[in-house]
Amino acid sequence: MIGFTVFGSIWLEFALKVKVLKRYKRAFKAILPVSLIFIAWDAYAIHAGHWSFDNKQILGIFGPFGIPLEEYLFFTVVPLAAILTIEAVRTVKKHWQVYK
Amino acid sequence: MTYTQLAIFAVVVAVTLDLYVIKTGLLKRKVFWTSYAIIIGFQLLTNWWLTSRNIVMYSPDAILGIRIASAPVEDLLFGFALVLGVLVNWIRLGASNKQR
Repeated sequence: MIGFTVFGSIWLEFALKVKVLKRYKRAFKAILPVSLIFIAWDAYAIHAGHWSFDNKQILGIFGPFGIPLEEYLFFTVVPLAAILTIEAVRTVKKHWQVYK
Repeated sequence: MTYTQLAIFAVVVAVTLDLYVIKTGLLKRKVFWTSYAIIIGFQLLTNWWLTSRNIVMYSPDAILGIRIASAPVEDLLFGFALVLGVLVNWIRLGASNKQR
């Protein structure tokens, strides 16, 4: 599913030349603080038992706070896909302003 | 706190940041809602995959029990807060940048 999200959005970089990956420093700065908050939420939710994962259907590699590797990838890939999406929309609809 | 409470809280924080703190005003822009419409379609698809196969499972005590495409309705709030948070930050960083 992470692969699906990557391939579902990455083509926008090349097809529409949205230049998000080229602006990787800005993307990194945009994603990191938000992802850290959501990873903290994920850590809490896992420990509180809000959600859990089927160990047979995940890689079984765990990062800090006992969070599966897939979750760390999720909080990298999903925000990147969101940025690629908005930049693609802005490329196609150039008259739609985001700044004043 | 339950997943429901946390998800509502996260949306309130993201909306407050967009409208009143960082003042990106994305919620007032067509470009955001068009992007979000694209993103939510893919989210429903991946949510359905991950929950219908029980890759991710939720504690009945942490959620309302309302499910959309097999996933808890809270996931949509979670996703909305994540996407809005990242895009607010991305656009904020672009405002102080030559290459918008």
